[in-house]
Amino acid sequence: MAEVAAKEKVVKAPKEALFSKKNRKLIIDPITDNNPITIQVLGICSALAITAQLQASIVMAISVIFVLGLGNVVISLMRNIIPPKIRIIVQLIVVATLVIIVDLVLKTFAYELSKTLSVFVGLIITNCIIMGRFEAFALANNPWKSFLDGIGNAAGYGIILIIVGFFRELLGSGTLLGLQVLGDPIEKTGLYAFGYENNGFMLLSPMALIVVGLIIWVQRSRNVALIEEH
Amino acid sequence: MVKNTDSNLYTFLFAIVMVIVVGSLLAFMASYFNPTISLNKKLEKQQNILFAMGVNESTLSNDMDDANSFVPTDKVTAEFNRYITEQFVIEDDKITTDSLAYLIDLKKEKELSKNPTYTRRLPLFIGEKDGEKFYIVPMRGSGLWDAIWGFMALNKDLETVKGVFFDHKGETPGLGSNIKEAFFMDDFKGENIFSGGQFKGISVAKGNADPKNIDKTDNEVDAIAGATITGDGVTVMIKKDLAMYLPYFNTLK
Repeated sequence: MAEVAAKEKVVKAPKEALFSKKNRKLIIDPITDNNPITIQVLGICSALAITAQLQASIVMAISVIFVLGLGNVVISLMRNIIPPKIRIIVQLIVVATLVIIVDLVLKTFAYELSKTLSVFVGLIITNCIIMGRFEAFALANNPWKSFLDGIGNAAGYGIILIIVGFFRELLGSGTLLGLQVLGDPIEKTGLYAFGYENNGFMLLSPMALIVVGLIIWVQRSRNVALIEEH
Repeated sequence: MVKNTDSNLYTFLFAIVMVIVVGSLLAFMASYFNPTISLNKKLEKQQNILFAMGVNESTLSNDMDDANSFVPTDKVTAEFNRYITEQFVIEDDKITTDSLAYLIDLKKEKELSKNPTYTRRLPLFIGEKDGEKFYIVPMRGSGLWDAIWGFMALNKDLETVKGVFFDHKGETPGLGSNIKEAFFMDDFKGENIFSGGQFKGISVAKGNADPKNIDKTDNEVDAIAGATITGDGVTVMIKKDLAMYLPYFNTLK
């Protein structure tokens, strides 16, 4: 988290349009050139764990967008009164509280959905991107900027999750969102009629790491500026 | 604005205030939402029991596409009262009728039964649909990460399976979590829990050369690839929990 903090620059401007160029950069940057997963290599643990299905990836992406957007605003509002000595604990409490509230609301108003999500909701707390953004950005910036930064980073995380989930479900189970898009593997219809087989290995976590690696490779080969010098 | 946020006194005060605010906020929300959450859980149990005996959304809508969905929550209590004709609690030889038997917490019963003087209460539900009688047994076991549970509806012969329902707390998405998918649960329909008069249960088996599950007397269903431990959990759960009902079933045969 410390390296990330060093990269951030505190922008000071008296009056700025809500979607000025700088503010738009806050959203777009983390989705592309400063992606939390592929560039900063944060949030890898959950990216490996839950991307076996596309639906789970999408749901996790939405949950993280909500928690990070809101959490960044809360931390930013409190940034001047948080005692520096216990700021990490305060951040942790804010994430945990938000996650518990999300969980309670889902259980009350969308019980079916909350059952599909049960594992992931808890996993949000452990997502290092969230603590990273609190620490690196929200503590030093105003609520609106923090909100944009939170949404941007969560979206950047979510997009990678969805890409990985797409390929893992398609190649591993031959389905997308539970629909058999490649035919029926037992009845041997569609692609399976030509001898195609699902690659069960895609469903295991190591393959997520390899897919993320491939994404990083593609991204860096298209944008040479991202390659670190040694 | 606060001048010195670094002082020890301020840090302590901040921590205390924060804990009180957050604690009371969460306590308030939890107690406010709790009645709805427990109602949701109750309705879910009714849905699960009905699903196991083959009463699902298609029973109401007559559309077979709905066969994998539960009876909607707003109608489930009425349907439950219509299809579940009797609920028993079995305590050794004593059998009592209890219309709230479906709310018995199997986890708690399992814990309590570790004490040898405690007689475990076994809930049993009798369902009736189109003149056929079904015995529905609740089950609870453990998968790879956490608890798994389910219901098994047996036909009147107390040997063949009418249908099952499985659910889990935290099995791996895309692998173990598939035990609650129709393709897995449907395999149990028609399977026999006995083999040559002996109680065998139903094993979730790998490589049983019967992926389409045509052989209904082999006491086996096809396992899910990549979910060995969850599958074994299902096997053990069926064997263990059904065995507890055998003494009662023998009195019925």
